[in-house]
Amino acid sequence: MERFVTAAAAGRSRWLLAHAWAVFAFLYLPIAILILYSFNGQGVGGFPPHHLTLDWYRTLFSDAAIWDSVLNSLEVGCAAMIISLTFGIPAALALDRAQFPGKALFRRLVLLPLILPGIITGLSLLMLFDLMSLRLSLLTITLGHGTALISVATTEVFAGLQKLDRAQEEASLDLGANHWQTFWRITVPSLKLSIIGAALLIFTLSMDEIAVSFFLIGRDNTLPLEIWGRLRRGITPEINAVSAIIFAFSLITIVLWYRLRVTEKGAAEVGAELIESPALSEG
Amino acid sequence: MFSRRYKALLTAPPLIWVTVFLLVPYALMFCYSFWSVSASQTIVHSWNVDNYKELLQKAVYWQTLLRSMWIAVRVMLFSLALGYPLAYFLSFFAGSRKDLLYQLVIIPLWVSYLVRAYAWKTILGSDGVLNTLLQYLHVTRHPLDFLLYSPFAVVLTLTHIYTPFTILPIYAALEHVPRSLVEASHDLGATPSQTFWRVIFPLSIPGVVAGATFAFVLSLGDFLAPLLLGGPSGIMISNIVVSLFGAAYNWPLGAAISLGMLVIVVSLLFLSEKLEKKWSVS
Repeated sequence: MERFVTAAAAGRSRWLLAHAWAVFAFLYLPIAILILYSFNGQGVGGFPPHHLTLDWYRTLFSDAAIWDSVLNSLEVGCAAMIISLTFGIPAALALDRAQFPGKALFRRLVLLPLILPGIITGLSLLMLFDLMSLRLSLLTITLGHGTALISVATTEVFAGLQKLDRAQEEASLDLGANHWQTFWRITVPSLKLSIIGAALLIFTLSMDEIAVSFFLIGRDNTLPLEIWGRLRRGITPEINAVSAIIFAFSLITIVLWYRLRVTEKGAAEVGAELIESPALSEG
Repeated sequence: MFSRRYKALLTAPPLIWVTVFLLVPYALMFCYSFWSVSASQTIVHSWNVDNYKELLQKAVYWQTLLRSMWIAVRVMLFSLALGYPLAYFLSFFAGSRKDLLYQLVIIPLWVSYLVRAYAWKTILGSDGVLNTLLQYLHVTRHPLDFLLYSPFAVVLTLTHIYTPFTILPIYAALEHVPRSLVEASHDLGATPSQTFWRVIFPLSIPGVVAGATFAFVLSLGDFLAPLLLGGPSGIMISNIVVSLFGAAYNWPLGAAISLGMLVIVVSLLFLSEKLEKKWSVS
């Protein structure tokens, strides 16, 4: 590769570096501004910011409605995670090692919610729940998230399966363990990192989800919907403060997920298969 | 090596769940689009194509759909223009900083949609950060009012949100470009620019197609950014659907539009898969 880096290439790389910085600025500057103004005593906007204060965080911490919605979101996130993993892990295993009629359709269906605009998933589920006469509540949101995020569990575990050494499962079966024992003692432990990674990602995505929840909400709000409701009434630095906390929370879980995946894969290609999984999309 | 029973036990639960919560709802959407609403606001289950006739006849639906597609096309082009050079830089020039920079792309991909859309609202408003900054610097005397509540705001925000979605597949495709080919091209006397356009770029097309599809499809169906930042001139097709399912209470008509969107989206996904296959080396 050294020979590729000629003078012309070096010039090009400088130009590309400048472009890269500009794109990162575009991606991160709005979030930085959002966080900065969460400390601004004068409210959102107004340049330069002055009277830096923690007042908005104090207001936030004494805001009962926000905390109720946080608890709701935590409940939904945990329950959705359990649903997605319960169905997503066997789905990945089935796609990897079973043949059944409609397999191609099944593969596409499972992955669809990841790339489909949320409104279609949300509305089609709304019609189903209406038909079932199921009252809209946190339960309907949980079912929506759980179903949509099966795609994440399946892609993550499927990626892990490609690295799995089949010989261990084979040995376990040969030595007299049944399929159930082999599943719990060999398969699941070998997929541990993929499963933990999937769980983290599903939880984060559920906590932040708004497009599907928008149609399935009952009386109790999740955190994003609580914020959404307030935005319609006007913007306050309190929303900046809660956004800053959400950002920090997402940042931690995403970096954690990334670290897990790098340990497992050892290559900087993590995450690409989530939105573009050639292995899964092959006809 | 795995028994039939093991495979059945793995397959059945997800298959049933996905059928009930994904396949049936899509089918239901299909059915609804052929039903209608009576004067007393109940759903009439008699089959007809009136909803589709109405969609074809009323200009407002067509115009909004075209405007949404135009917004989605712009988001797609801007995301590619921002994303491709960055992915190329990451893959070929980032060296030891590759891992860190790659993480910087992944993070905004998964960070809350709402937080990012809200950030732009605080920046673009008439008392927002950008307008007050411009006045502070004496660039403008009055707030620029085209910044917020305009298609511009929607395109800007959606580009911000979906650019990481285009970077990832392009980067993955570039990582798969055999470095030996790049060296061979150079050894045989090609300039870096020839090497890029004749070797690297053609091999990265599958990633470009995938990235473009994500940006287009996801922005086409967006309704939150237009509600938050679009104003009356930034209304998109999904906003019509939202109002049909809400205040206007015409689920069948809303279902017909949604189904139309679903058909557009699924055909695009199908097409992009074909294109990716055609261009990928195997």
